Amino acid sequence: MIKEHKGMTLIVKTITRLTVGLILLYGIYIVLHGHLTPGGGFAGGVIIALSFIHLMLAFGREVALKKVSRPIAGLFESIGAVMFLAIAIFGFVGGYFFLNFFVDKGTPFNLFSSGIIPLCNIAISLKVGAGLFAIFTALVLLKVKSKGEK
Amino acid sequence: MVYFLCFIIFSIGLYCILVKRNLIKIIIGLIIIEYSVNLVFILFGYRFAGRAPILAAGQTIKNMVDPLPQALVLTAIVIGLATTALLIAIAMRIYDRYKTFDITEIRRLKG
Amino acid sequence: MIGLYLILLFMIAASYIAVQIKDLLSSVVAVGAAGLALSVAFLILKAPDLAITQLAVEIVCLVILIKATVKRDTVSTKDMRGFITTIVSLIFIGTFLFFAYLALKELPKFGEPLMRVAQNYIQTGQAKTGASNLVSSVILDFRAYDTLGEATVLFTAVIGVLAVLRRIGRKKKDEVIKEND
Repeated sequence: MIKEHKGMTLIVKTITRLTVGLILLYGIYIVLHGHLTPGGGFAGGVIIALSFIHLMLAFGREVALKKVSRPIAGLFESIGAVMFLAIAIFGFVGGYFFLNFFVDKGTPFNLFSSGIIPLCNIAISLKVGAGLFAIFTALVLLKVKSKGEK
Repeated sequence: MVYFLCFIIFSIGLYCILVKRNLIKIIIGLIIIEYSVNLVFILFGYRFAGRAPILAAGQTIKNMVDPLPQALVLTAIVIGLATTALLIAIAMRIYDRYKTFDITEIRRLKG
Repeated sequence: MIGLYLILLFMIAASYIAVQIKDLLSSVVAVGAAGLALSVAFLILKAPDLAITQLAVEIVCLVILIKATVKRDTVSTKDMRGFITTIVSLIFIGTFLFFAYLALKELPKFGEPLMRVAQNYIQTGQAKTGASNLVSSVILDFRAYDTLGEATVLFTAVIGVLAVLRRIGRKKKDEVIKEND
């Protein structure tokens, strides 16, 4: 107890250890089923970012930054942006920007269907989640620094 | 009548922006205005006894609500979160420099 | 429909409390209550995608606002501007509400939308894209340019936050700066 003085109390840490994986899984589920059920890239990305924010609030910033540091978050955001643009530009093989270039759309109400929409969902969720995590990390680091100055 | 209640929420946020002197209160007014605008867009697309715009297997649905305003508002919500974070970052920088949130004090201490 | 009116009245009360209360932390919590009520209103209006997104976004926004206000001066002594500013603002808001009331007659009636473009989306959406969630097919296939612009705005906002909150400021002449994030 004396060694782990960072973060919140023991009760919060135990509950966090149990729930943070479930929150991450729920976010991934919402992203992957975005074309069949309510949800999609935006909501799933925010929920994925929320799981890391939960970890950071409960255990202190070192534990969360050890899992995903800020350069890695920037890398994920860039991967999302490049993936989205690449999907858009691949539409030129059939004629125009953002063409749904799969000829076979698959059977409806199936997980692997509807062409480029699941890929776009994954790209947007990477972008939104990494961006929000980077914003929150910057805010937390600023607070620590201004307290050190006083 | 429903639209007029949304306009009342909008005017509460506008009053907050115009009259208050605290920076955080001004950001809160902007957030309230964003809520009311999103709600008005969704109210335009509602239909009495309508159903959510999600197709189900094995049935055809005739009375669907309008999916177009929902798609526009879905992007607007996330943009609103990003701009709010940017405003809060600028406000925290101002607090670090001037040690206050009062906008008249900030104008006085320029330089 | 009585539930929708109750939710709207609750939102008006929560926003009024958020504007008028003295303590900043209580004001932030009142804004959070208004946002959660908005999420329930989306659910009543048959928009489940927006309800999920608004719920998650509201939690993140609340956490960021609390981070910004806690451990700073939460109670400011003089919260209002001068008397003349208040009167002019109230006159302006009254004028706005009057013209908004006049404009209400031009809007489509509540409950009977104009669905000219959307009728096309509903009828041909599944055959063209294969997705059963029509909102998803609109934002990622029919109107993907909007989503591309939205991604650009988000990227710009993230870059702006990281630039404003940078650890090193402007570098002085004989100063060695070590950056260790």
